[in-house]
Amino acid sequence: MAKVLVVTSGKGGVGKTTTTAALGAALAQSGKNVVVVDFDVGLRNLDLIMGAERRVVFDLINVVQGDAKLPQALIRDKRIDTLSLLPASQTRDKDALTEEGVARVIAELREKFDWVVCDSPAGIEKGATLSMRHADAAVIVTNPEVSSVRDSDRIIGLLDSKTLRAETGGRIEKHLLLTRYDPARAARGEMLKVDDVIEILSVPLLGIIPDSEEVLRASNLGAPVTLANPTSPPARAYFEAARRLMGETIDVTVPSEKRGLIGRLFGRKVVA
Amino acid sequence: MALVVAPEPPLDEWLAELDEQMQRSANFFAQRPVLVDLSALAGQEAAFPALLDRLEASGLRLIGVEGADPATLGSETWARPPLLGTGRPDRGIEVPDDPQKPAAAPEPTALLHEGPVRSGQFIISERGELTVIGSVASGAEVIAGGSLHIYGTLRGRAVAGLLGRPGARIFCRRLEAELVAIGGLYKTADDIDPRLRGRAVQIWLEGDVMMMEALD
Repeated sequence: MAKVLVVTSGKGGVGKTTTTAALGAALAQSGKNVVVVDFDVGLRNLDLIMGAERRVVFDLINVVQGDAKLPQALIRDKRIDTLSLLPASQTRDKDALTEEGVARVIAELREKFDWVVCDSPAGIEKGATLSMRHADAAVIVTNPEVSSVRDSDRIIGLLDSKTLRAETGGRIEKHLLLTRYDPARAARGEMLKVDDVIEILSVPLLGIIPDSEEVLRASNLGAPVTLANPTSPPARAYFEAARRLMGETIDVTVPSEKRGLIGRLFGRKVVA
Repeated sequence: MALVVAPEPPLDEWLAELDEQMQRSANFFAQRPVLVDLSALAGQEAAFPALLDRLEASGLRLIGVEGADPATLGSETWARPPLLGTGRPDRGIEVPDDPQKPAAAPEPTALLHEGPVRSGQFIISERGELTVIGSVASGAEVIAGGSLHIYGTLRGRAVAGLLGRPGARIFCRRLEAELVAIGGLYKTADDIDPRLRGRAVQIWLEGDVMMMEALD
């Protein structure tokens, strides 16, 4: 039975697209058939992160409007053959999305894939609400700082009211993913503590992704961080998160700061 | 068979009881032809015309009068021979009450909200109390006509005593509110005593002053 997962946050720039790509690749690497769908019409980024920007012919809007069939728009990843991308349009905007069109596309994707991972745009308008409408589960991406937490709370309220599942009396599975976690700043009190974020949002924790240059490096290379550098701390955290999504119980470890002797001498730190 | 009503002294009381019965059993009396038996009121003939007018005015459909001399009845309408001659009422009857209309559902006076109130949501219990089992997020609003009870952290905006009820209070397990208001008076986070932040607090009005006190 296919599962539709929406990666959302409310706030912009917290790591939704990075997470969609990383989780999608991690799920595909474990053998599942995965499609990642970009719902950020007009400001598409998922194709860049996936390294597919030079192969986009048809997009989500073309399929919604019936100008192209779904197989024509799907782009298979060159590195993992169970991973595909449905890109967004760059020349249109969110008004081109229709409820019936999106419903049709999601239904067709459910037949072909095990996981349909939807990359939500920032905000609470049509693009965001349509991306979450058909979701069975949600990953709420949050940075440990006050504005991101408040926006995430808003989006959680929408998940509990604007999704088909919520409207028909069901519940949507919600997972909190803390991204850009910097243990040094948390220790200094410059960032919210993990416990505080969980207490405010009251959503189970899926994982903590440490802040890392690896993420930027991977996106510049056009690859999800779990493919570009699978042993880096953020990639390992994403792999664990993917396993938790698939039902495994793994304890969440808070990334900590480890300073070796050399680090103390030269003032550099290694984040474990 | 016609329905016979037989007024008895004291007349005022009897008339009051009749009105009451007619209210309870409006359907029974509607359009039912009625005879008035005045034999119990012998000696009060002067009052008969007024009495008959009064009975008609209450809505009884009078078709005849018994037990009285037609000459005393006053108006032309009543100077007719009674339809049943000297017939006796054959039995008293219980007038059935109208079937009870099902009582309208009582207006809700207390609203219970389980779970957190998320940012951007607002919960309102216009006339009554509001109880939230969970926290109220920053950017959320909880509004009650009566008192507000929050079994969690209040981070958003809380308004009690919406319709001007003076005794309304706000209770919360942890006060981190952005704004609290009772009746028309409000305080923003800046004006709340910093010693109360993070504690269980109750808030109420004494006259024109908002009082806040820790509960622990």
